[in-house]
Amino acid sequence: MVTNIEVLPVMSIFDTFLNWKVFVQTLPLLLSGLTTTLTLGVTAIVLGFVGGLVLALLRLYAGSPLRQIAIAYIDVFRSIPILVLLVVIYYALPFVGLRLSPFGAAASALSLVSAAYSAEIVRAGIEAVPTGQFEAARALGLSPWRRMSDVVLPQALRIVIPPITSNSINVMKDTALASVVAMPDLLKQATQAQALAANPTPLISAAVIYILLLMPLVRLVGVFEKRLAVRGR
Amino acid sequence: MTRPIIEMRNVVKSFGLFKALHGVNLQVKEGEIVVVIGPSGSGKSTLIRCINQLEEHNSGEIIVDGAEVGRGRKSTVLTEVGMVFQSFNLFPHMTVLRNVALGPVRVRGLSWASAEERARRLLTRVGLEGHVEKYPAQLSGGQQQRVGIARALAMEPKVLLFDEPTSALDPEMVGEVLDVMQQLAKTGVTMVVVTHEMGFARRVADRVVFMDGGRIIEEGPPDEIFNAPRDPRLGSFLQAVLSH
Ligand SMILES: Nc1ncnc2c1ncn2[C@@H]1O[C@H](COP(=O)(O)OP(=O)(O)O)[C@@H](O)[C@H]1O
Ligand SMILES: [Mg+2]
Repeated sequence: MVTNIEVLPVMSIFDTFLNWKVFVQTLPLLLSGLTTTLTLGVTAIVLGFVGGLVLALLRLYAGSPLRQIAIAYIDVFRSIPILVLLVVIYYALPFVGLRLSPFGAAASALSLVSAAYSAEIVRAGIEAVPTGQFEAARALGLSPWRRMSDVVLPQALRIVIPPITSNSINVMKDTALASVVAMPDLLKQATQAQALAANPTPLISAAVIYILLLMPLVRLVGVFEKRLAVRGR
Repeated sequence: MTRPIIEMRNVVKSFGLFKALHGVNLQVKEGEIVVVIGPSGSGKSTLIRCINQLEEHNSGEIIVDGAEVGRGRKSTVLTEVGMVFQSFNLFPHMTVLRNVALGPVRVRGLSWASAEERARRLLTRVGLEGHVEKYPAQLSGGQQQRVGIARALAMEPKVLLFDEPTSALDPEMVGEVLDVMQQLAKTGVTMVVVTHEMGFARRVADRVVFMDGGRIIEEGPPDEIFNAPRDPRLGSFLQAVLSH
């Protein structure tokens, strides 16, 4: 095979890897995969963030049993590889009667892990709010809940926008693992299309779509970091 | 009329092994202006922070407006105590108007409309009517501290605590804040003021309290404290601050 490619003329390389006809034929399949990938990614990012917020608040302010549970959760789900968790959820849980769809399994695995990472990010954000803000809110007589919702969280969430964006990029990338449990995401559809067309163009296209999707976010994180460095001076 | 609105009896506060307050007794009458002076680290901040429970005291009693506070008690009386901080601690993500209106809405249950009306009135009183829609970062230190005072006043507290309200200010802005406080003192609100501004203490205080090493060493009317200090520690403290 390898020697074969070496002797191919330039035109054949295009025919092989960037075949226009194959691209047009398989594009609808890729786009349906992209929709699934986006739905999965956004679901996991939103659920992971909400879960992370709750976990961070429990870890910081809850009483004894809940606090320890939050800490244990965060440690466990930051240690387990997502792929392992996904396989466990999809292939092992049915043995105890819990059978999830590929989407359900993938969304669960990604959200559970993302929640653990988000929790640590949000916790750092809350801890970065100056003590004086907590004290001023308390001295005004605001209830603990109001201190959080009106004073602390709006400031903390502004602080965590860059690291949360970074985490969201990782979640989006990790959606590709879902192809392992036969979820028709972008990668799965691309491999499918490649098999049908007997041509790798769909794989190349999928790679380019991932890059186009995530590069703006990567750039955005870069901008955040630059702005932070300027402010920090 | 002259019942104590704050009463501290034998109040002890420790940070770990370190005792910051060694059994402090203090009474503040309604409408009284008490100025607390003393060297840095003498426990002045700790004293007033115990009154509104930003620090929890370890033993002794603190009674505010007839109700004991702290040591596990949940007390609604603390909403009657306002506080002005050395570092202002305005909420940076809210406009000046919101900063002042927030407490009345969330704690007193006012509508935003009437709370903002109250806030405008108070901001006018401290000379900031032209700045209500700005954010704290757009104001000078002196202006921020006047917002801090308006924010505390908006709760219509019975007692106002000030912790070195002018110490973080550039010298040219100290006067504008002290002027507002002096005006305030005439309105009958009870004030406990920690400050190094001896001129203000002389002019405005009904009583001056001198602290050193976590104890109240001497107290009395400003005349006595400044002109006839009895304790040598007060004498040398005054010498140090008045000749700097
Ligand atoms: N949170 C704290 N933890 C440990 N020590 C503290 C804390 N707050 C105050 N102290 C100590 O208590 C003493 C009194 O502090 P403070 O009341 O702030 O003094 P002042 O306001 O008169 O300068 C100081 O020695 C200070 O170091
Ligand atoms: Mg102090």
